[in-house]
Amino acid sequence: MEKELKYVDMVEQPISMHPKKFALWLFMVTVVMIFAALTSAYIVRQAEGNWLDYELPNIFWVTSGIVVLSSVFLHFAYISAKKDNISQLRIGMVGAVVLGLAFLVGQWYSWVALVDREVFFVGNPAGSFLYVFTGLHALHLISGVIFLIIVLISTFRYKVHSQSMNTMEMATTYWHFLGGLWIYLFMFLLLNH
Amino acid sequence: MATASVATHDTAHDHHDHEHHDNFVTKYIFSTDHKMIGKQFLVTGIFWAIIGGFLSILFRLQLGFPEMNLEFLRPLLGGWIDESGALDPTFYLALVTMHGTIMVFFVLTAGLSGTFSNFLIPLQIGARDMASGFMNMLSYWFFFMSSVIMFISLFIKTGPAGGGWVVYPPLSALEQAIPGSGLGMTLWLIAMTFFIASSLLGGINYITTVINLRTKGMSFSRLPLTIWAFFLTAVIGLLSFPVLFAAALLLVFDRSFGTSFYLSDIYIGGEALPNTGGSPVLYQHLFWFLGHPEVYIVLLPALGITSEVIATNSRKPIFGYKAMIISMLGITILSFIVWAHHMFVSGMNPFLGSIFMFLTLIIAVPSAVKVFNYLTTLWRGNLIFTPAMLFSIGLVSFFISGGLTGIFLGNSAIDIQLHDTYFVVAHFHLVMGSASFFGLLAGVYHWFPKMFGRMMDARLGYIHFWLTFVGVYMVFFPMHYIGIAGFPRRYYSWTNFEFTNMYTDLNMFVSVAAIITFSAQFIFLFNFFYSMYRGRKATLNPWRSNTLEWTTPINPGHGNWPGEIPTVYRWPYDYSKPGAPEDFIPQTVPLSATPESNLPHEQEQVKLEMEIMKEESEVLVANESKH
Repeated sequence: MEKELKYVDMVEQPISMHPKKFALWLFMVTVVMIFAALTSAYIVRQAEGNWLDYELPNIFWVTSGIVVLSSVFLHFAYISAKKDNISQLRIGMVGAVVLGLAFLVGQWYSWVALVDREVFFVGNPAGSFLYVFTGLHALHLISGVIFLIIVLISTFRYKVHSQSMNTMEMATTYWHFLGGLWIYLFMFLLLNH
Repeated sequence: MATASVATHDTAHDHHDHEHHDNFVTKYIFSTDHKMIGKQFLVTGIFWAIIGGFLSILFRLQLGFPEMNLEFLRPLLGGWIDESGALDPTFYLALVTMHGTIMVFFVLTAGLSGTFSNFLIPLQIGARDMASGFMNMLSYWFFFMSSVIMFISLFIKTGPAGGGWVVYPPLSALEQAIPGSGLGMTLWLIAMTFFIASSLLGGINYITTVINLRTKGMSFSRLPLTIWAFFLTAVIGLLSFPVLFAAALLLVFDRSFGTSFYLSDIYIGGEALPNTGGSPVLYQHLFWFLGHPEVYIVLLPALGITSEVIATNSRKPIFGYKAMIISMLGITILSFIVWAHHMFVSGMNPFLGSIFMFLTLIIAVPSAVKVFNYLTTLWRGNLIFTPAMLFSIGLVSFFISGGLTGIFLGNSAIDIQLHDTYFVVAHFHLVMGSASFFGLLAGVYHWFPKMFGRMMDARLGYIHFWLTFVGVYMVFFPMHYIGIAGFPRRYYSWTNFEFTNMYTDLNMFVSVAAIITFSAQFIFLFNFFYSMYRGRKATLNPWRSNTLEWTTPINPGHGNWPGEIPTVYRWPYDYSKPGAPEDFIPQTVPLSATPESNLPHEQEQVKLEMEIMKEESEVLVANESKH
């Protein structure tokens, strides 16, 4: 059936992507725009001077590692689901969720570290920006963890397998995106502070 | 089920044998039907338009008749009228602010884009509904929440937000600045957050639907220009509203948590505030990165509607279909790189100003292409002056007269002189406000039969049009003079300045014209609600139009087409094609059915089309036998 449709009037056919998946990509575009706006604001503000210089918390290196590892686990789960290996899928999912939560805890400790070196949310925008970046990213990450937990529950109901990959694919895309977003933010901060 | 269009094709059979049985709540309130959601947006938008218009009448009374005794408004405004019967100056600021916010966001964004994107996208591309009906419903209810909060803010003791619709800090960030920066501003920010969420949910849905759910044969080069316009509007919204969210978020932190993103070295009553290191220009950059695209979010849907209405009622193909699309694409891209032309006097680097001036003036090119195409479509057409057609022509008129002043204002040297004067007010009220409003009205008159199965009264439509059209020019034309004379906007009164005396009667004239224009809208309101129940019954295709929505039943149910979704075989502008018996050929008529009017290259497509149709019918027969 698909083959016939291809030459309906010789012009391009609608792209073959599940509408919900497509909507998720559009949502990620909006998230990118928010952080693009905030990081641009950071650069513009920094260029005006009166900028507090401080060391970034070292724990960011740890949390960055955690978030990458979490993505690896999730990808392992994703591949396992494709191969219908349900027990491995569960291990991968549980690992991703636990590491996701560990990342959030780590981010919390980065705030503690910031307070220790007297960089507060209220004060020079150099510090405030950092709190906004990490806080807003953590909020998105919480939504990602909730999404993962929903998928995790459905793995225990045998609803994720090679024939039913839609939510799994969406969760994987979103989670990789959030991990990548954090890496971007961290790199950005390393280069511009 | 790999592609969505295949999916709709396959499931068409399952659809028509079970009817949706909706109760009152699921049909009229928590509806997931895009048509009902569109109507919900329309009615809410109309409600806001009345409020927003009424607020403008209130401050026009103050501007036109500064000595007037407004005691008769006390039952409505209460304490905002002081003992001597004059309007409270801070409330005047709140009126201006709320008028701007309501008109830009609630009427011309939600009321225009929300109504027609929702209503027309699935109908014109041949889809059963939006990609996600639930998200669509959520989009309306976020808008509703936002409306409720904004409406409540009109009635609180300290008054609604008063820092102008752009809510620049520090004015909007400091509660001590004006009463409107207190609770009113907080509610404004909450309402706008809901509004942004609503716009994004809607926008994601519009884009997904246009890309994934087009019917067979509906390629991008056969999309009606309305859909192109809605699509690009949604893209602009998707990219710019998050930036407004970022700006508002930082403002919330500054207001409620004591951060200093926008605040620095401010003294109030001789006392320094603790905030240091902030930059108010930063807010302006962030705001106008949304603010300027927002102008096109407001305008593009109106231009799309106009393209459709003008082509249909000129009985001619739209002139330069591809040029129209390219110019809209050009406007979409340019809209993101011109924002700083709102900030020529903000202390920005003048060299940067020159770059933004240059980029801004480039927008005149695609805009002029569009105007040229409208005029050439009208040229020697068999014009049918329906009310929708009149409003569309009115839009073109405003677009020209308001666009010309844009060329002046885009030049930083002139803008520094004219900035924040009534010249600017006149400019954007013509080119953005009135033009988009006319697009909205044209859309309502044109698609009313599809929305409610009845016709609006044309005679009342003509009266409404002429009063509004003449009225708008009466209001905004004199404002150019007032602006050049040096009247700054957002001033409560100018009676202290000697030079303003000679313009008193001009201001009076503007106010009277505004009141007449506003009153004329009640003709429309009556027509709208009366026709909904008592209007003449509509026929299937009252305007003899080509697009898909007119192939649905007069009152389409949820799912739009009772049977199979029609396939599209041609572009939507085959009007008055030489050789054709009728002066229009709907998009659903195959080329093979019209050998008498086919052009040589179309004749070649016929063969292929026949082959495909044969295979299609075999598939259909096979499907039927399976059932």
